[in-house]
Amino acid sequence: MSDRALVVVRAGALTTVQDRGRPGHAHLGVPRSGALDPAAAALGNRLVGNPPDAAVLETTLDGCALRARSTVTVAVAGAPCPVAVGGRPAAWGAPVVVPAGTLLEVGAATAGVRSYLAVGGGIAVEPVLGSRATDLLSGLGPAPLADGAVLPLGAPAGAPARVDGAPQPAPPAELVLRVTPGPRADWFTARAVRDLTTRAYRVSAASNRIGLRTEGPALERARTGELPSEGMVLGAVQVPPDGRPVVFLADHPTTGGYPVIAVVRAADLPAAAQALPGTPVRFLSVRRR
Amino acid sequence: MRTLPVGDDALLVEVSSGEEAQALHAELLRRRAEGTLRVREIVPAARTVLLDGLAEPARWAAELATARVPAVAAHAREPIALPVRYDGPDLAAVAERWGVSAREAARVHAGTEFTVAFCGFAPGFGYLTGLPDRYHVPRHATPRTSVPAGAVALAGPYTGVYPRSSPGGWQLIGTTDAVLWDHTRVPAALLAPGTRVRFVPVEGA
Repeated sequence: MSDRALVVVRAGALTTVQDRGRPGHAHLGVPRSGALDPAAAALGNRLVGNPPDAAVLETTLDGCALRARSTVTVAVAGAPCPVAVGGRPAAWGAPVVVPAGTLLEVGAATAGVRSYLAVGGGIAVEPVLGSRATDLLSGLGPAPLADGAVLPLGAPAGAPARVDGAPQPAPPAELVLRVTPGPRADWFTARAVRDLTTRAYRVSAASNRIGLRTEGPALERARTGELPSEGMVLGAVQVPPDGRPVVFLADHPTTGGYPVIAVVRAADLPAAAQALPGTPVRFLSVRRR
Repeated sequence: MRTLPVGDDALLVEVSSGEEAQALHAELLRRRAEGTLRVREIVPAARTVLLDGLAEPARWAAELATARVPAVAAHAREPIALPVRYDGPDLAAVAERWGVSAREAARVHAGTEFTVAFCGFAPGFGYLTGLPDRYHVPRHATPRTSVPAGAVALAGPYTGVYPRSSPGGWQLIGTTDAVLWDHTRVPAALLAPGTRVRFVPVEGA
């Protein structure tokens, strides 16, 4: 059967289509979006023989279930979780064949937050500005998965990887985020700048694809008044009026008016995407490269 | 001009006025087009231009700190005309704040030539400058939960048009049928930084 598609049987709490996002349009107010754990998404793609930028599904905590209309090769990477094909346990972190008409179940994460389901040929929804990513801030790209939705698939580009499993980093028990100070550290008291990198924070349950929110000591401002809107980067540690730092993730706004006290190294953001609410967070001051 | 490092590969360039930011933005676009500036994003804002994904950030920080930016050259192209009905729910209150009638407020707004200083908030949402200081108005203390697409609105020094329905705290003075954002169109955004805009009053619904 040539009908290459997946039917959504259980959408899960929040499952979105993701790829490498749509960088290059920030000046029009378009967020970059894309997989929050790009390394896991790229690994899933490699396991099924896709190019690294093919669109995958990103689940949130409780997985999803899909029925394949044709036989497909899939791989689940990122947050570890049980995988089942036709009710039988299958491998996580390795290529798995799902026969036509069979139910594929991606279970709840046993650690971490976001699992990535890569499918041979990639999810082939219509791209918007060169990307198939769902952007939850601006509403660009496909809507989050809903039960009964049908996801078209592309033609497989290459053969699945010949591996039994691939090593992946474990989700963090403690999230260590390396930061460089600025650009608006001078909007805060010396004590606040010190507090950020010496005091204990925790991941807040209010975190989402836009930002990793934290709970912990409020950072006190040295200046009052409003900062005129300015461009924001991935990893910016923005401090809203409540004083609790927010780390900007892929769906962050392109401009913002709260001061950025520091910026997290991009290499540390995949771990931030996998940190459960309550995970201890330490901001570690490092020198700019 | 002040350059502030942002992480490992971005630079925030700060100037003292919106006009300077627009001129700096134009100059940076020119340098990217000629191939001397290698950067992923050039994001203008109120008083800054962000260079994100920048090759050689330290060299650019030093160079831009002492650079002189030419004023924006005269525009070759005509302003974009946005048809507008001055029928917003806040028009009367804005007019009262300005000390004029609603009809006169509409005339002032439609008589102004605007420039898109920068975009943000939502894809295709431009922050348009051009209204003199005495016409600046505050945003609502409590934002509306839903502002319709096409609403023409004021806040601070800016005029904006909501590309789609969303919550919003700006003062709504009118409505346009222009499509501000259409991702199937090239270009998707009707308004981009530097675009000049005029609002043209139209009658009736």
